[in-house]
Amino acid sequence: MNSVLGALLRILALTRKELLAVLKDPRSRMSLLIPPVVQALIFGYAATYDLNHVTYAALDQDHSAASRQLLAGLDGSGVFERVANLQRASDVGSLIDARQALLIVQIDSQFERHLLSGRGADVQLIADGRNSNTAGTAMGYVTSIVQQFNADWGHDHGFSPPPVQIVARAWYNPNLETRWFMIPGMIGTLTLIQTLMLTAMSVAREREQGTFDQLLVTPFRPFEIMAGKALPSMIVGTIQATGVLLVAQLWFRIPFAGSYSTLYVGLLMFLLAAVGIGLLVSAVAATMQQAMLYSMLLIMPFSLLSGLTTPLSSMPRAVQYLTTINPLRYAIDITRRVYLEGAGLDLLGSDLWPLALLAALTLTAAAWMFSNRMQ
Amino acid sequence: MKSAAPNLSSNAWPRKLRRIRALVLKEWHQVVRDPSSIAIGAVLPLILILLFGYGLSLDVKNVPIAVVIEHPASEALELAAGFQLSPYFHPTMMRSMPPAQQMLLEHQVDGILRIPADFARHVAAGDAEVQLVVHGGDANRARIIEGYVQGIVGVWSARLAAQGLATPSSPVSVQSRLWFNEANDSSYFLVPGLLVLVITLIGALLTSMVMAREWERGTLESLFVTPVRSDEILLGKTLPYFALATFGFVLCVLSAKFLFHVPLRGSLWVLLAASTLYVLIALGIGLLISSWVKNQLVASQLTLLATFMPAFMLSGFLFDLRSMPTVVRLITYALPARYYVALLQSVFLAGNVWSVIVPNTLVLAAMAAVLALVSGIVTRKTLE
Repeated sequence: MNSVLGALLRILALTRKELLAVLKDPRSRMSLLIPPVVQALIFGYAATYDLNHVTYAALDQDHSAASRQLLAGLDGSGVFERVANLQRASDVGSLIDARQALLIVQIDSQFERHLLSGRGADVQLIADGRNSNTAGTAMGYVTSIVQQFNADWGHDHGFSPPPVQIVARAWYNPNLETRWFMIPGMIGTLTLIQTLMLTAMSVAREREQGTFDQLLVTPFRPFEIMAGKALPSMIVGTIQATGVLLVAQLWFRIPFAGSYSTLYVGLLMFLLAAVGIGLLVSAVAATMQQAMLYSMLLIMPFSLLSGLTTPLSSMPRAVQYLTTINPLRYAIDITRRVYLEGAGLDLLGSDLWPLALLAALTLTAAAWMFSNRMQ
Repeated sequence: MKSAAPNLSSNAWPRKLRRIRALVLKEWHQVVRDPSSIAIGAVLPLILILLFGYGLSLDVKNVPIAVVIEHPASEALELAAGFQLSPYFHPTMMRSMPPAQQMLLEHQVDGILRIPADFARHVAAGDAEVQLVVHGGDANRARIIEGYVQGIVGVWSARLAAQGLATPSSPVSVQSRLWFNEANDSSYFLVPGLLVLVITLIGALLTSMVMAREWERGTLESLFVTPVRSDEILLGKTLPYFALATFGFVLCVLSAKFLFHVPLRGSLWVLLAASTLYVLIALGIGLLISSWVKNQLVASQLTLLATFMPAFMLSGFLFDLRSMPTVVRLITYALPARYYVALLQSVFLAGNVWSVIVPNTLVLAAMAAVLALVSGIVTRKTLE
């Protein structure tokens, strides 16, 4: 009983010392507390696949009421900005090359005549495919504006509506805003980066400065030293995650559908796995430089192959298997599902047990490596 | 060191070069002895570009979708067959809505297409409806899926019209072409973007710890008592890592070209010139941060914050810059990655577009010059 209490007290003392070491230096304090919130604010605005400003040029060779009506539909959408009215098709190339226009809308000279004759007319769309995703989205916007034009035209000129209408609805994100998808995913991403690195570096620093050896001659047992290193990082991580969560709710006003306790259970599990990986890195690395390099080696794939920006299901199978050791993948899934869908713990099992397994494996391996080094 | 007279200016240059050489050699020995630097310079770029090049894709294919056929009339079955034949969908046929909804809830499918029981009757009457529910979590993907469904239903309606069973109904149809990327392969723009990410990170990482480590260990002060000057220290720190980062860059370009088959339509020289500038900038950022904070822990955190995430989120590599709010867009103008992404996407996919290349290269050159100047000032200050 006494030994357990003693261990707890020692862990607490170490945690306190670690927190002081990290938070005492104002620059270090700032570098831990401010960036997640600032990043969430900036990236929250930046990280969206939705377009609200598309530059386009019109090549209207018809100059008819119908072609003007179609272009007016684009101009009136609030998304499209006409940067040029072209006269010749040969002007198209330079405008796209110089990135002045993302799209060229070309209307042939027979446009209105074909429309009135009932044969149907074409609109040519040329897009700058240097970012093919943006281009695809912009072309989708044009298509829906043309559909609206078709409906209006059909209504005015007595066409029958299309034989099959699609009534589309999106669950959990009715307006299909990417922001709703990105910002909850950032809770885990922004937290992982600094938590993993903080853990890895704090042990590496002690080792580089020789204070780790001093720690070893104290009555601390390896397990207690590890816990004392893990806890402060988890506390910092929890604070960071809370900061991002607050930005999502108070600034971006994304409605929170789930329960906070579920979210924090998931986040704690994630932080445990992240800290475990950080400790493992620090057990392998001999210097701070190595610790930093190795943690970067992990952080980059973790954050890019997490499903934050590109879907996991689009990855080849082999890469999908690799992502099973990525704690962020599960954290992002948990935060999104709890945040947007209100999922409870019963639906999150497939995310929670891999995290638990990752935490158990990395912490055990780190503990084993530490105690082996000490003998 | 025999004639220490400082006024012999004819001897100043060779001596300066000798000092720089000595510093470079010392740094190089350190690099070679520490396997982690080699790993960063040579192995990391290759692993990253392979992993991301294969792993990152925005192409949507084989979407799991539940197709609910409430009444197996031939019209409904025909429409459903369109989904079975499409490479974009992997449909599961079902008879009623509730199990399909359960599947959507459990993320086993990304969407549900419901063909109602009275579908055939309404097709005959010309006012049929199908219901589409998509999982809106990933809005980008949801929108692409909606587009695909529209395409398949559109093809089916056109066939009906061709058979004279319905009237042709879309007065205007859109013919679209995607320049520079006809096949609409997202790796065409992702791989050049990844190159930017990898170079930014590697360049800044390689140098960011260097100065901070010397400060922490006190070895920089012992350097100060030698005749070495601050610009020589900086050069000595930059050159070895420049060689390493360039090596990593070449590996990345080779894999972009030969593994991912991203076309290089512009000139190789333009690519090399712009990339040399950018590598210098990345190294400079790392040096600046580390000589400013003089603490490896903070330097590493700052480097990560200043390079990786901004290059990821704010460079135009994934997200469209023009759609960002003004304040955020102003921030992106301060990021070298923004200019380099524009350059690379053009040089790789569009060719030698001078109206893109010249202004962006000039900005990069100016940034490199400013960084060199500021690094010099920061290091000189600390010499006092």
